[in-house]
Amino acid sequence: MTYPENYRYTKEHEWVSVEGDTGTVGITFHAQSELGDIVYVDLPKVGSVVETGQSFGSVESVKAVSDIYSPVSGEVVEINTLLADGPEKLNEDPHGAAWLVKIKLADPAQVSTLLDAAAYQAYIAG
Amino acid sequence: MSDAPALLKTPLNAAHRALGARMVDFGGWDMPVQYSGILDEHNTVRNAVGLFDVSHMGELEVRGPQALDLVNYVSTNNAAKLAHGQAHYSGLLYEHGGFVDDILVHKVADDHYFLCVNAGNQDKDFAHIAAANRWDCVVENSGPKFAQIAVQGPKAAATLQKLTKTDLSAIKYYWFADGEVSGDWARIAHTGYTGEDGFEIYVAPELAEARWNELLAAGAEFGIKPAGLGARNTLRLEAGMALYGHEIDASISPLEAGLQWIVKMEKGDFLGRGKLEAQKAAGLNRHLIGFEMRGRGIGRDGYEVRVDGTPAGWVTSGGPSPTLNKNIGMCYLPIHQALPGVAIEVMVRNQSVEAVTVPIPFYKRPK
Repeated sequence: MTYPENYRYTKEHEWVSVEGDTGTVGITFHAQSELGDIVYVDLPKVGSVVETGQSFGSVESVKAVSDIYSPVSGEVVEINTLLADGPEKLNEDPHGAAWLVKIKLADPAQVSTLLDAAAYQAYIAG
Repeated sequence: MSDAPALLKTPLNAAHRALGARMVDFGGWDMPVQYSGILDEHNTVRNAVGLFDVSHMGELEVRGPQALDLVNYVSTNNAAKLAHGQAHYSGLLYEHGGFVDDILVHKVADDHYFLCVNAGNQDKDFAHIAAANRWDCVVENSGPKFAQIAVQGPKAAATLQKLTKTDLSAIKYYWFADGEVSGDWARIAHTGYTGEDGFEIYVAPELAEARWNELLAAGAEFGIKPAGLGARNTLRLEAGMALYGHEIDASISPLEAGLQWIVKMEKGDFLGRGKLEAQKAAGLNRHLIGFEMRGRGIGRDGYEVRVDGTPAGWVTSGGPSPTLNKNIGMCYLPIHQALPGVAIEVMVRNQSVEAVTVPIPFYKRPK
C-alpha cells in the first residue's frame, strides 16, 4: 500500500491533506486493515469545532469501536455523506473516496508538525 | 518488556499464522480472530462451510461407578436421561445459583462422562467438580489430550464425510460417535456454536494439523474457509447462544438467562437448586431479552439500556448481524420489560439510540 507523499499522518492513524486553508481528514489504510470490516461511521455535524487530538467521531468494525482523533484544529465544513450508507468504502479506498470530514483549519502551519509519509510508514512498521 | 505470561498456543497455531490469520490474546490463548474477514467468514459458514480451531476449549472427564451421581450433582440438566453417545447442554452452578460455567456433557459410558468446558474456566470447573466429589469418582482435566476442530455450515457433513467411514447421517443432532477421521481415532459430535448444522471433532493434538489441512482440502469444492473467533461470535449471537462472561456469569442464574430448559428440578438435589427454587417461588427480577437497533448506532457489550429515560439494564452482547443486516444484541431488563416489543434506548457513547426488544434467537437455520 502506498501512503500519499502529500498527506500528513498521526500516530492514531488519521491522515490530513491540505488545500489552501482546508484540510481533508481520513483514516489510514493501516487503520482500516487493523479494524477489519467497517460497518458504521459516526461523524461530527457540519459547523462543529474540533481540536487537535480530540475525538470527533468513531469508526466501528464488526468487532469493535474505534475513536477518530482530529489531526488538526478548526471548523467542520463538510462531511462525507457516502459513508452513512456505505461504510465499507472505508475498507476499499481509505486514502481517497472514503475521506471523513473537511475542516477549515484554524492554523494551516500546524500540519507541518505531523508525520510525513515516510515517518508514518516507519512508525507502523514498528 | 512485559511481565505477562506467554500466551497458550493450540496445536494449530502455526497453521493459523501460515494462513495469514490475525491473532489475538483470547483469555490467555493466542487465537485467530479472523482470516479473510469476519463478514466473509460468517457468510461462508451460513452458506457453505467454515472451519474453526476450538482447541482452546477445555475437556474434563468424570469416571467411576458413580460418575452419574457426581455429574448430576454439579450440573443442572439431567444426565440420567442421556443414552450412550448422547450429549446435552448444561450448567455448572454455585450454591448461590450463579454460573460457574456452561458446558456440554457427553455420555461415553455408564461410568464415563466427557465434559466440554470454556477455555478460561477449565481450571475453575475442575476444582469445582473435584470439591463436590463425594462419590470416589476420578475427575481428570484432560484438555491437553484433545484438540478440537469445529466444521460448521450446511456443507459440513458433506465435507467431513469425505474423510471418515463413520456414517455421519446416523449421528443425530446432539449425539456423538467415537469413530475415525482419516483412519485415526476421533470423537465426532453433531454439535456446534453457530446456529448452523455441523460437527465438532476431538482428536489427538499431534494429529490436529493433519486433520485441519485434510478438512480444508475436502471442503474446497464447497468453498470452505477457515473462520476465527470474530465470526464465531457473530454466528452465536444471531443464534442467541449464551457466552460465558456476557449473558451468563457467577451473578446470573439460568432462570434469568432464559435457560430454564437446562434446569431439571425433578432429578433431585444439585448444586444451586435451593436458590433456583427460591427464585421460582419469589419470581424473577430480571430476564435476558433480544433487541434490534432502530436508530443509527450499534449497541455493544456493556452499554447501558434505558426505558423511558431511566437506567434499566445492560447489553450483554451486541453488534452487527451480517445475516439479518441489522444491529442486534441481547440485554438484561427488569422482568416486566423483558418482553418482545418494548421500546428501549441503548446508550451508545453517551447518546441515547432507539431500539426495540425482540425474541431470542434472531436467526434459525432453514430446515
